[in-house]
Amino acid sequence: MSEDEDKNILARYTGGARVNHWANAIILILLAISGLALFHPGLFFLTGLFGGGPETRAVHPWLGVAVLITFGGLFVRFVRYNFWEREDTKWMQRVGDVVNNKEENLPEVGRYNAGQKLVFWGMSLSIIVLFLSGIVLWDTYFAQYTTIDQKRLAAVAHALAASGMIVIVIIHIYAAIWVRGTVRAMTRGSVTGGWAWRHHRKWLKEEVAKLTNDD
Amino acid sequence: MATLQSLDIKRRSATTETPPSVRSSIEVAKLIDVSKCIGCKACQAACYEWNDLHEEVGINIGLYENPHDLTDKTWTLMRFTEFDNKGNLEWLIRKDGCMHCDDPGCLKACPAPGAIVQYQNGIVDFISENCIGCGYCVKGCPFNIPRISKADNKAYKCTLCSDRVSVGQAPACAKACPTQAIYFGTKEEMKVHADGRIADLKERGYQNAGLYDPPGVGGTHVMYVLHHNDQPQLYSDLPKDPKISPLVQFWKGGFKDVALFGFGLTALLGFFHYVTKGPNEVERKDEEAAKRLSGDRP
Repeated sequence: MSEDEDKNILARYTGGARVNHWANAIILILLAISGLALFHPGLFFLTGLFGGGPETRAVHPWLGVAVLITFGGLFVRFVRYNFWEREDTKWMQRVGDVVNNKEENLPEVGRYNAGQKLVFWGMSLSIIVLFLSGIVLWDTYFAQYTTIDQKRLAAVAHALAASGMIVIVIIHIYAAIWVRGTVRAMTRGSVTGGWAWRHHRKWLKEEVAKLTNDD
Repeated sequence: MATLQSLDIKRRSATTETPPSVRSSIEVAKLIDVSKCIGCKACQAACYEWNDLHEEVGINIGLYENPHDLTDKTWTLMRFTEFDNKGNLEWLIRKDGCMHCDDPGCLKACPAPGAIVQYQNGIVDFISENCIGCGYCVKGCPFNIPRISKADNKAYKCTLCSDRVSVGQAPACAKACPTQAIYFGTKEEMKVHADGRIADLKERGYQNAGLYDPPGVGGTHVMYVLHHNDQPQLYSDLPKDPKISPLVQFWKGGFKDVALFGFGLTALLGFFHYVTKGPNEVERKDEEAAKRLSGDRP
């Protein structure tokens, strides 16, 4: 940690939050792989990872339940930081500066920026749609409760929501690679003061004010 | 049942490559003449017997249908309708089961390669060892035919006795019918035979008699002669213009390729963003500014 010696270090995620996030991430990736295997014939070979076609069909909905539970934990932990504010709209209007790494042109950002908030709400919405449509498609236990037309609609909603969710996940992962110093927030729980100053200045000021008040 | 050879396969579920096409076979069809059916259920019994199926003993709720619906063990079912035709009671009896569509919705919906095949002769067959039990065929079917077994999670339906047909025999139901209401032969022969029956029915006053061979699913390899071909719904809700649901067409059409392309494109855009704009790195001045803000605090 010698590199950190001349830097301020701020706590961003507790151990519980990190375990929660990675449990969700790992299960979600397994869920996506098993779902894609049944979605596109070209990816059917992925059923081999789960022991075969029938096994994939059987395990996929249970992985979905596990994702609902783990994401539910993340939702409860983070929802209060993700409500939309006026600066978020301003931030979105300057999204060109965001992708061009010109953060000096952006309003000061709190704990999460507008992009992160959209990821949060996009994931929340798609997981709800996926869970509800998934129940309709889970013939092993729920076949008798819906009509065939409802099942067809559920299949389309499930495929659309899953596709949207996978795109969001790809963006989420890339953003963590792109914005350096971010991954350590979720692996070690902390960020440097410089990272917070650069990307979440309002949050940094709040954290510093909190420390001052504690004295 | 896979009793025909792979060389006889015309279409295979969840498979994009061209199936073998060196040899072609004559299309077959079963013609069910509803006007000649007496509702004896010999066809149903023959189906159980030939396919060695054992339906559970049910309960009588005052209907002629026995059992009450198609099941994983009942691949054909006599359905009975009492129709009041302007004072004349007509007892419309329809032998329900897989229609062996030329454009099968089950096959289109199936995600498991080779779990559903269509042979050159038109028979649509479920290959159980490839079936994963997802129930997508149920959503694909415009006639509500496939049933999933609770015992083994496999889909089942009429095979058109593909095992018998492959050795030159007629399906068991056709063999057993005492009034010859069920014919079996080439599709062309069956159409010609149906024309004769329809002419006869028209002579007897059934002006709307006709052949049920719905074009919405490319025609079927099980066809009906109906006295009221203008109202097929009379016969226990036989659909008037069956076709694969637009929802299934969307879900199983180009969308799945567009989605995969979208995933790849998103990842690729990320990569090209990285190589053009580079990573967003924290600079020394950021760390110094943070230090100034927090004073001497750690």
